Parts: sequence; structure tokens; C-alpha cells
Amino acid sequence: MKQLPFLIMLAALLVAPFVVYPLFLANALCLALFACAFNLLAGYSGLLSFGHSAFLGTAGYITAYTTKSWGYPPELAILLGVAASSLLGALFGFLAIRRQGLYFAMVTLALAQMVYFVCLQAPFTGGENGIQPVPRGHLFGVIDLSPNMTMYYFALGIFLIGYGIIYRTIHSPYGRVLKAISENEPRAVSLGYRVDQYKLLAFVLSAGLSGLAGSTKVLVYQLGSLADVSFGTSGEVLLMVLIGGLGTVMGPVIGAFIVATMVNYLAQYGSWVTVIQGVIFVVCVLIFRRGVAGEAMALARRWRLRAGAVAKP
Amino acid sequence: MKIKALMATAVGIGLAVAFAPNGVFAQSNDGPVKIGVLSDMSGLYADLGGPGSVEAAKMAIEDIGGKVLGKPVEIVTGDHQNKPDVGANITRQWFDVDKVDAITDVPNSGVALAVNEVGREKNKIMLFSGPAASDLTGEKCSPTTAHWTYDTYALANGTGAAVVKSGGNTWFFLTADYAFGAALERDTTNVVKANGGTVVGSVRTPLNAPDFSSFLLQAQASKAKIIGLANAGGDTINSIKQASEFGITSSGQKLAGLLVFITDVNSIGLQTAQGLQLTEAFYWDQTDETRAFSKKFLERVKHQPSMVQAGVYSAVRHYLKAVEAVGSKDSAKVMAKMRETPINDFMTKNGKLREDGRVVRDMYLFEVKAPKDSKAPWDYYKQIQTIPGEQAFRPMDQGGCPLVKKG
Repeated sequence: MKQLPFLIMLAALLVAPFVVYPLFLANALCLALFACAFNLLAGYSGLLSFGHSAFLGTAGYITAYTTKSWGYPPELAILLGVAASSLLGALFGFLAIRRQGLYFAMVTLALAQMVYFVCLQAPFTGGENGIQPVPRGHLFGVIDLSPNMTMYYFALGIFLIGYGIIYRTIHSPYGRVLKAISENEPRAVSLGYRVDQYKLLAFVLSAGLSGLAGSTKVLVYQLGSLADVSFGTSGEVLLMVLIGGLGTVMGPVIGAFIVATMVNYLAQYGSWVTVIQGVIFVVCVLIFRRGVAGEAMALARRWRLRAGAVAKP
Repeated sequence: MKIKALMATAVGIGLAVAFAPNGVFAQSNDGPVKIGVLSDMSGLYADLGGPGSVEAAKMAIEDIGGKVLGKPVEIVTGDHQNKPDVGANITRQWFDVDKVDAITDVPNSGVALAVNEVGREKNKIMLFSGPAASDLTGEKCSPTTAHWTYDTYALANGTGAAVVKSGGNTWFFLTADYAFGAALERDTTNVVKANGGTVVGSVRTPLNAPDFSSFLLQAQASKAKIIGLANAGGDTINSIKQASEFGITSSGQKLAGLLVFITDVNSIGLQTAQGLQLTEAFYWDQTDETRAFSKKFLERVKHQPSMVQAGVYSAVRHYLKAVEAVGSKDSAKVMAKMRETPINDFMTKNGKLREDGRVVRDMYLFEVKAPKDSKAPWDYYKQIQTIPGEQAFRPMDQGGCPLVKKG
């Protein structure tokens, strides 16, 4: 019964590409994984990072470059991307977790901007041109990823792996400690937890999973571009998580699909996209602060309570 | 998560992959001709392309009678927001879902290079009027791409050669930091050197920069006679205005705008822009034909057409005529027809679409008029020179296009 929402989501994702354009969905799945990874840090560890685009973009560039220039197969290229973003995450995390709150956010933002400018100037990224066309290649040398449908199910597989890792992490003893740290850090310290190590591991995990999303995204669009490392992406992921529900398992997925749909289907209205995004953001923060998933869960809990109250006497 | 659920999922995905009907989005070849205008609708290139390009494409469709192959020609528009991934995504979706046959405009070379690869993969026709990078018909050339209006080589050749010949023999570049800027700087450097000038330095500026002061000071310190502006749109406008505010232009250094559109001159104003030499493929006040087109355009869009917008009209019209003549939307056949038919319209005299995708047309060197010489609104340019197509554009064997057979 507890798995019902997840099973509904899974069923919807399995049939969706027969109704909606598969590449759009595959991209939305990558963004969903990215948002889940961000949520692991922001929602469960209480670390609000403004520099997550650096991980998404760096892994993307590594994957794009290794598949295009060195002819690596997709699985190896993705692993390299994840390794690179995890390493970058360890570096960022090592510096950033020494500070808290606003200072933490600013440190991550500054580091991400540095990565952006490196990517803008480094010869292998192609600057504003980006890297294109990135070949999708053959998965394990057997499955041809070039048909859009196959690519979609590959992205779905990647998403489910990432989602599974996050789900396990949150529900493990380690995840409980993270939650404890985010709720009351001094108490966690007084209980004998080495808070910094826990935080660093969460940061690296989140960075690595963001990289997984970035590497897959590059294969979906066959394009590595500056947009993925730019600040706008870091802001967008925050928007996704807030709309969906900070600190809920499914919320970021819902948020990512809402934002991706807005960006894609409102593209013809030009600059109105950002205006509409802004309005939605404000409405979200003012009216349903727990996000779509958070509000739904609160509603369900209220019903259950009321049902219980009626049944008791 | 339960292990069972995971296993079931894995099996489900495996099955779905195995039976995925890859033909769901197969191409159909009998629908109406559909043209996608992909442009920057609200950013720094919106004035020179954007909604005006959409209107130009509509005018071309109307002038051809609205119908090709017995069906009304349809048009879709999209905003690439100057992001290559957004542009590539829109393009893919247009080809896969909306069955678009040809894409036109695409200002911003970075986006055009990304979109060009999609066109190559899907074998669909690209009618580039907006982008400038000469790589599109060089190393990155594609059999289904036509680069219609201008390119960095022609601009560099026109303005660069003219300025060096009139004594401006030391150059410093202000270069927009992306593909287009780099290409423009490279091509102009070659022209300057070939004409006996020297380049003393250059600085890269971020795209859409609001503040050029530190770059302009570097340019001033270089003591070069000419500051070459290898940028476009809003960047060009800002750099020219700020150079004037810094007194750079009044203290003897001259600006050479390598890519200045008439819409830019309109924003800058004649007072600041006067004397600027520039190269364009089209100016509204050249002949009776250009005036007639521009008058119609002005009524609909409320400003005179830029060469990009005029080029969109020219390209769409030539494409639709070729489709009608061939009687099919088959990309290879239509491209062949477009190549063998000379291009003749209000802005093009005996233009020719080459094997590498370059449209060879005459280019014109203009000088911006002083405010006292301007008699009417939009009366901005004085034509100095006509550069014949063969001289203006890069010879085919020097571009490095793999499609060109070595003879």
C-alpha cells in the first residue's frame, strides 16, 4: 500500500512515450533525477546548494567528449562523467560544508561560477558552441541507443537506478542521521556523530547523482552545452524541488515534470516563460509551501485522521 | 523499495525496449509543406530576426500563392533563446512530431551549428539566414544546408579590406566570446594581414555584456588605429555607444563594425554611428524592387527589414519554388533543384547556391550617413561599393568542406 504512488508513477512512465514525445520525456526524467539528487542534499541534509549545475554540466561535458572524441561506449562515458562530478563534489563539499546557511550557498555558487567560466574558455568544451553531435552509441556494444524509444527506456532505467539509490539512502540509518543533523546539528554532534563526514558524503552522493543525470541528458539531446553549467540551471532545479515538495521522495519528480513542461511548451511565448515561472514560484511559496507532493501527503494524512476520528467513538 | 518490485520493473523495461516500435514517429512525405522559423524572439537578435523573420517568411508564402503541391504551406515558429540545447530540442521535435520540412533564420551561430547537425542527421533542409559563422559551409557543411544571406568571411572581406585600404592598418579586436565572434576575428585578421595591416591584440567579451568599459580601455591602451568589433546585435550597440561615451572615437581611434545591421544603426542613432563603414547584403533603399518589398514589410512590422529578414523571404521563396518544380518534398531532389536554379528576387541578382551550401551573392559596402544628410526616417546608408559575389565569399576549395570534390 505504501508503494502505491511509486507504482502509479512507474506505470505512467512506462506507457508515457507512446503518448508524448519520447525525447522530451527522457529529458524530463534526467531533470527529475537531477532534482532528486538536489533534494537529497537540500531536503534531507538541510544543505541548500546554489551550484548544482556544475555537477550536471561537468559530467555532461565529460560524457560528450569521451563519446565523441575518444569513441567510448555510453556506459563507460556515463561512469566517467559520474566519477568526474563526484570528484568535483568532494572538492566543493570539502570547502563548502565548513560554512552554514547563506555562506554555504554562496560558496557553492562561487565555485559553480568558476566551473562555468572554465567551461566557457576550455578548448575541449567548444565554448558557446558546445559539443555536437554526441553519438549515442551502443549500450554494452549491443543495444543501439539511436532510436528515440530505446533512448527513453534507457533514460528510464538510469532514472530508476538513481531513484533507488536515493530511496535507500533516505531510509537507511545513514539517512536518519542526516535528517537528525539537518534538524538539530549541535544535538547530533553531542550524540557523538561526526557531522562533517556525514555531510560530505551526502554532498558527494548528490553531486555524483547529478552527474548521472547530466551524462544521460547529453546522450538524450546529443549535445553538450553551456546551458547545463550555467547558473540558470542551478536556479531551475531549486524551483523544481520547491514546486514538487522539498524533503519528499516523489516531490522533485513531479516538480521536474512541471518545470520541463513549462519550458518546453511555453517556448513559443519567448520571454513570458520566465515571467510565468516566477509567478508559479511565488504562488507556490505563498499558498502551498510544502509543494505539490507535500500538500498531497498532508491532505491524505488529514483524511486518515478524520476517518480514524469517526471510527473511534 | 521491495526487491520484487525492482525485478518486475527491470523485466518490464527489458520488454518495452525489445518491442519499442521505432517507427512510431516515421516520416511521412505527403503532408503539406511545413516551414519552421527558428529565431531569437525576445533576446538580443530579436530585432534583426525574430518576429520580423516570421513575417518575412509569411510574405514569401503569400507571394507564392499560399499553396505548394496543392496544399497550403504551413508555418511554425520557435524561440531558441540563444541556447543550443533549446534550439536542437525544438528542431528535433519539429522534425519528429510536427513533420516540419525546412527550417529558416536561426540567428546565433552557436545554435545554428547545433541545429545543423540535427538537420544532417534527419536529412532536412536548413535555410540559414541569421547565423554568420563561415564554418557552416566550411568544415561543418552539410548536404542539406543553405547558408543564405552573409557570413563572417564576406563581412571581414568587405569591411576589413576597405578599412585597411583607407589607412587603418593597425587593429585591435573586441570579440564576442563564442563561435561567431572567433570566426569573425579569424577571418578579418586574415584579410587585414593580406592587405598589409597588423593586428596588435584582441580581447574576448562575454555574450550580452552590459559593460564594455574595461575592454574598451584595453583597446584604447593598445593604440591601434582601428578597433574591430567582432560582435553582433546588442553587443555591437553597447560597445559603439560606450566607445563614444569614453571619447575613444573622438580621440582618433576608429571603430570598424564587422557586423552591424540597420536595426542596430537605428538603435544607436546617427549622431553616434555616423561614418561607420559596414558590409551588408541588402539595404531597403537600393532599387525600386527593394523599396517595394520594404514598403510592404514596413506596413506589417513597423520597421525596415534587416538583411536577415530579407534573406528569410528570399530563401523561403526559392525553396518553395524548388519544391513546386520538383513536385516532391524530398530533400536531396529539392536541394539539387535549388542549386541548379539561379536565385533572382528583389535582393538577389543571379545568386547561386554552391555545392558547399554557400549562396553567392553581391555584397555592398555602406557608410552610415551624418545626421544632416539623412532626409527621411531610416535614410541611414550611403552605398560606397558593390563587392561582386565571387570576390565577397570564400572560394569553395579553401573552406575545407568535405562535400566539395577535390578537382
